[in-house]
Amino acid sequence: MEKTFKDVQLSNEPLIPEQVRNFISHPENGGQCVFIGTVRNDTKGRRVSHIDFESYAPMAIKEMDKIAANSLDKFDINHIAIHHRLGRLTIGEIPVIIAVGSAHRKAAFEACSYAIDSLKESVPIWKKEFLEDGEVWVSAFP
Amino acid sequence: MNILAFGVTREILGESSLILSAEQILTVGDLRKYLAETYPQLKNLNSLAIAVNEEYADDTLPLEDNDVIALIPPVSGG
Repeated sequence: MEKTFKDVQLSNEPLIPEQVRNFISHPENGGQCVFIGTVRNDTKGRRVSHIDFESYAPMAIKEMDKIAANSLDKFDINHIAIHHRLGRLTIGEIPVIIAVGSAHRKAAFEACSYAIDSLKESVPIWKKEFLEDGEVWVSAFP
Repeated sequence: MNILAFGVTREILGESSLILSAEQILTVGDLRKYLAETYPQLKNLNSLAIAVNEEYADDTLPLEDNDVIALIPPVSGG
């Protein structure tokens, strides 16, 4: 059976860090780096009540899969998991988790940083922030 | 051709998909021009990418009638 090194998921259900970390838990991975993105309570000084996330799901999965594959190519890592949540999230909830396993820590940190930066550049997922005084599609307008 | 609109583009178009006849629209660039003329608010966006069959496409790509096209305003995942 072919061994899998990447795990990419879009989910409408809450993300569970321990489940994502399980994918990269392996005897050869001395370094395990987990990035957990959470919904913050303010944006540029305005209070946030909640955020709606939507995606172009089939393309989002493809783009997340490319990022996972590129990470495995570019860095000396063994496993990578990228999970993104969709739907309505409130403060403190988790929209994204990226977990990377490698023999040594440096590659895991670098790949994790690369993966979240790439996700924010290319994956077709959008968030609309609901603020105390209005709502805004993040990054849409100057 | 069937065009999917996401995020703020769905609100600007007023619908989540649009069906256009491909007669005058031969490339992604033609589609971009048509959309900018029909929905001037799109020009205010920081960027507007167009995906064809779930891949980012540049303006020279020819369009076929059965292509699945998507409007991708600035992404903001994570």
